[in-house]
Amino acid sequence: MKFDTPATTNPIDRLTIVGKPTDRIDGPLKTTGRAPYAYERHDVAPDAVYGYVVGATIAKGRIRAIDTHAARAAPGVLAVVTADNAGRLGKGKHNTARLLGGPQIEHYHQAIALVVAETFEQARAAAALVRVDYERAHGRYDLARGRDAAVEPKSDPDTGAGDFDAAYAAAAVRLDATYTTPDQSHAMMEPHASIAAWNGDRLTLWTSNQMIHWSKRDMAMTLGIAEDKVRLDSPYIGGGFGGKLFLRADALLAALGARAVRRPVKVALQRPLIFNNTTHRPATIQRLRIGCRQDGTIEAIAHESWSGDLPGGSPEVATQQSRWLYAGAHRKAALRLATLDLPEGNAMRAPGEAPGMLALEVAMDEMAEKLGIDPVQFRVLNDTQVDPEQPERPFSQRRLVECLRTGAERFGWQRRAARPAQVREGRWWIGLGMAAAYRNNLVMTSGARVRLDRRGIVTVETDMTDIGTGSYTIIAQTAAEMMGVPLDRVVVRLGDSNFPVSAGSGGQWGANSATAGVYAACTKLREAVARRLDLDPTAATFEDGIVRAGDRRIALTEAAQDAELAAEDHIEFGDLAERYRQATFGAHFVEVGVDAWTAEIRVRRMLAVCAAGRILNPKSARSQVIGAMTMGVGAALMEELAIDRRLGFFVNHDLAGYEVPVHADIPHQEVVFLDETDPISSPMKAKGVGELGICGVGAALANAIHNAVGVRVRDYPITLDKLIAQMPRIGK
Amino acid sequence: MRAFTYERASSPAQAAEKAARTPGARFIAGGTNLLDLMKLEIETPTHLIDVNGLDLDRIEDVDDGGLRIGALVRNTDLAAHPRVRRDYAVLVRALLSGASGQLRNRATTAGNLLQRTRCPYFYDTAQPCNKRLPGSGCAALQGVSRQHAVIGVGDACIATHPSDMAVAMRLLDATVETVRPDGTTRRIAIADLHRLPGDRPQVETVLAPGELVTAVVLPAPLGGRHVYRKVRDRASYAFALVSVAAVVQRDGSGRVALGGIAPKPWRVAAADAELPRGAGAVSERLLAGARPTAHNAFKLTLVERTLGAVLAEAGAQA
Ligand SMILES: Cc1cc2nc3c(=O)[nH]c(=O)nc-3n(C[C@H](O)[C@H](O)[C@H](O)COP(=O)(O)OP(=O)(O)OC[C@H]3O[C@@H](n4cnc5c(N)ncnc54)[C@H](O)[C@@H]3O)c2cc1C
Ligand code: SF4
Repeated sequence: MKFDTPATTNPIDRLTIVGKPTDRIDGPLKTTGRAPYAYERHDVAPDAVYGYVVGATIAKGRIRAIDTHAARAAPGVLAVVTADNAGRLGKGKHNTARLLGGPQIEHYHQAIALVVAETFEQARAAAALVRVDYERAHGRYDLARGRDAAVEPKSDPDTGAGDFDAAYAAAAVRLDATYTTPDQSHAMMEPHASIAAWNGDRLTLWTSNQMIHWSKRDMAMTLGIAEDKVRLDSPYIGGGFGGKLFLRADALLAALGARAVRRPVKVALQRPLIFNNTTHRPATIQRLRIGCRQDGTIEAIAHESWSGDLPGGSPEVATQQSRWLYAGAHRKAALRLATLDLPEGNAMRAPGEAPGMLALEVAMDEMAEKLGIDPVQFRVLNDTQVDPEQPERPFSQRRLVECLRTGAERFGWQRRAARPAQVREGRWWIGLGMAAAYRNNLVMTSGARVRLDRRGIVTVETDMTDIGTGSYTIIAQTAAEMMGVPLDRVVVRLGDSNFPVSAGSGGQWGANSATAGVYAACTKLREAVARRLDLDPTAATFEDGIVRAGDRRIALTEAAQDAELAAEDHIEFGDLAERYRQATFGAHFVEVGVDAWTAEIRVRRMLAVCAAGRILNPKSARSQVIGAMTMGVGAALMEELAIDRRLGFFVNHDLAGYEVPVHADIPHQEVVFLDETDPISSPMKAKGVGELGICGVGAALANAIHNAVGVRVRDYPITLDKLIAQMPRIGK
Repeated sequence: MRAFTYERASSPAQAAEKAARTPGARFIAGGTNLLDLMKLEIETPTHLIDVNGLDLDRIEDVDDGGLRIGALVRNTDLAAHPRVRRDYAVLVRALLSGASGQLRNRATTAGNLLQRTRCPYFYDTAQPCNKRLPGSGCAALQGVSRQHAVIGVGDACIATHPSDMAVAMRLLDATVETVRPDGTTRRIAIADLHRLPGDRPQVETVLAPGELVTAVVLPAPLGGRHVYRKVRDRASYAFALVSVAAVVQRDGSGRVALGGIAPKPWRVAAADAELPRGAGAVSERLLAGARPTAHNAFKLTLVERTLGAVLAEAGAQA
């Protein structure tokens, strides 16, 4: 199905199942421990043996010699795989560094060996016996020092409109501020894990992966085998946040290990390895310049961002939202990419906007303060209904102002003291802050197969993944709505590369695109059913298990009495995404307390108002938004991969050292979804919400801290040591 | 983790004797620290002596009005004990600020006192660390050191002792009871239990090889107002950047001890005397001779301000 004209009325609009708050259909499996995660798939490979990964302990250089004798002689050891004996390996399209290093070492904890043994303990013990002689090379580990040599990336050239420099120079009120965001880790619960088994020249990989097709292709590319020889299966995923978008070392090494020992091999990346071995969100340095008229109208806005990556890597697109969030005739956005020898940077939940909004939305707060205009009002004033870089292109749907106003009213924004450090409750300075939320809406081709059996069970199969987001449930809702059956008549099977290729889970495109793919397949199945029942396909309606056309009513089950009916299709998006700018919008409000003595920062309450098209399942959508808000609290207050700039690695590489929020950090969250549909986005009229919730929330918190104590910290995370020297007088 | 042999001890004396006689032997109590370190091969014992079966899990009154806490009393049970709650509230607060419910159910009194540092370089066996590999250097000194100690340190090591409980024990002037490999017992003032690193940071306590902690004895209650304040970036489940334990009397006299800033629970007798003069004077005494790094110099200010908070809280309770 090609989607190239805005959606009109369709069966989804009935909203008998779609749009209703619905419990996750996989919930009971998960809460009772029966949802098998990759490492626990004892049934698929009962004779699996265990691999343990050895990571490089230098950041850059080469291996002079690697001695695996002792490891190979250790109890239970079956093989030690290294670059020396792994055979020729290519590199996947989505990998920057090689997944099995040696002799060249590209980053700290790059995998250099896999020890395979009968038990996990034996593999781990033997891994410690691998001796490596390194030749260290000089590396670049400091973004600030690499900044001047950073270049304009070919993938992301500078953009703009008008004449920024002149307009900025002439502006009545100007802000020029620089912000930094640190490297961050996805820190999902389930580590990267895979079981690999070979049958002849065919590889099966039970794994934990967000993008089945990308990783299937990259596995084939890396091994140098045909794509159709590789099968991936990833039905349950214990979190990804972008960390599992790609083929990673667990999967490749499991495959190599299994080839070496001719038995299935399972590998989970050990937690202390994950932070340096896998990808992370790259640090940024961001400069914002805003020039305004005295009345608050933005005349000029420029956002420049520097980030670094390994040679061949890509930039963090932190300027993205600044191109589209606010009006202003004169503007520019520029990315600069430095070469660093730190581990590989790549996507983490809302790449671009997540760090970008941390800078832009604090700059907006600073500007509002300079202008003496309320921060909500300042944003309302500079709303735009068209793409400011290409004014002929409208937004498909943009209700930012309504989000801002709704949020301000529900949060009690008028109680905020405009002057900082005014409100004190006992030991706490209290502050309120807000920020807009913005995240692009991406759409991706997505396929599905739908089958109807004689009992009336509708089975959906697609390689779409559920990374804890609720994909199973919204796909079931979509199929139930389309076929006119209750939810418990629908079976959803995901994550298998034998199923039609879907959009996968990334960039918050999954929900809208994958359900649209299911919509397309169901549309085809409805036609097949109607034809089988001799009904007019264009007139047939599907409701309560009955297919009706004119005055004829036939039970849906009739259609599959003789033989199962199946249909497969995919949704393909035309040029609507080019003709319209599509994005999701929102507003974040945060109340914070800052301890008058210790400068400890504690969130008190949070509100997000979101305008993100049709909300397919308000319950799982809310979970996504509060989860993202929580992650935004982490970004603002604690998450930082601390770099040892001499040795070139992230030092705090476990969950004791890399802090993310715990329950006690998140006392109260509220989410409001505006009632909207976006017919330009897809037949579902939905968009994504999984990333919107993180975009801007950290800035709202930063602004609240400033409101509480009058200290503006421009280097994230905002920890007490950055406040303590400038705290207001303790007073009583 | 290296392969090891394992036995259950039959008596404290037998455990001590066996531990001294067996090269590479270690006691295991709750295992919440030791096992993690073994998995990473930071600790590589070849023999484990399990002391959980020893009859060391009781809390009993002692004649002078104090309390003897068996070495194997779990942190959860200690924090819930009625007399501890009534008379040693600072200890309860310190205990409950540490780790998580699950860990405290397992962690023991002796194990908590003897837990090892959380320095990230100590945890990465690829990096130089004098504590883990004597003579290899200290990676933290010029590296990432925001969490590290600011006082009592030297060029060999700047790691902190991470325990919360120990800070309260130090404040209360607890005594550690042990049994030695030859079967004799001794009492060690908690002030003397932990060593400063000097040039041998790998030796963390004055315990002799094989010496087993059997109990910790608290002296008679001090009365006064008990405060434990732990400062950290997130609200729970994190080690202290700085912590302050205090008992303050109605007349403003009292005592204070600090955590998170030194290789041992930190107390300076002269500082207690400054309490009536306020946080500035107290912290000046506590931190005299401090040697922070660029990453952790903020702890000096933080100590003074946290002391201020604690004194204000104690005052407000009056
Ligand atoms: C995730 C996490 C978070 C934590 N957070 C905190 C925190 O916030 N604050 C805090 O204070 N602590 C914290 N801890 C540490 C925790 O308190 C300790 O791990 C625990 O107290 C150790 O007790 P254990 O009985 O398990 O010791 P074990 O691991 O069994 O032993 C520790 C050491 O003591 C020795 N030992 C044990 N018993 C004896 C004995 N009777 N005589 C002589 N030697 C003995 C062992 O040989 C070993 O060297 C945390 C731990 C974890 C894992
Ligand atoms: S501070 Fe101590 S524990 Fe940390 S690296 Fe230095 S010597 Fe090792």
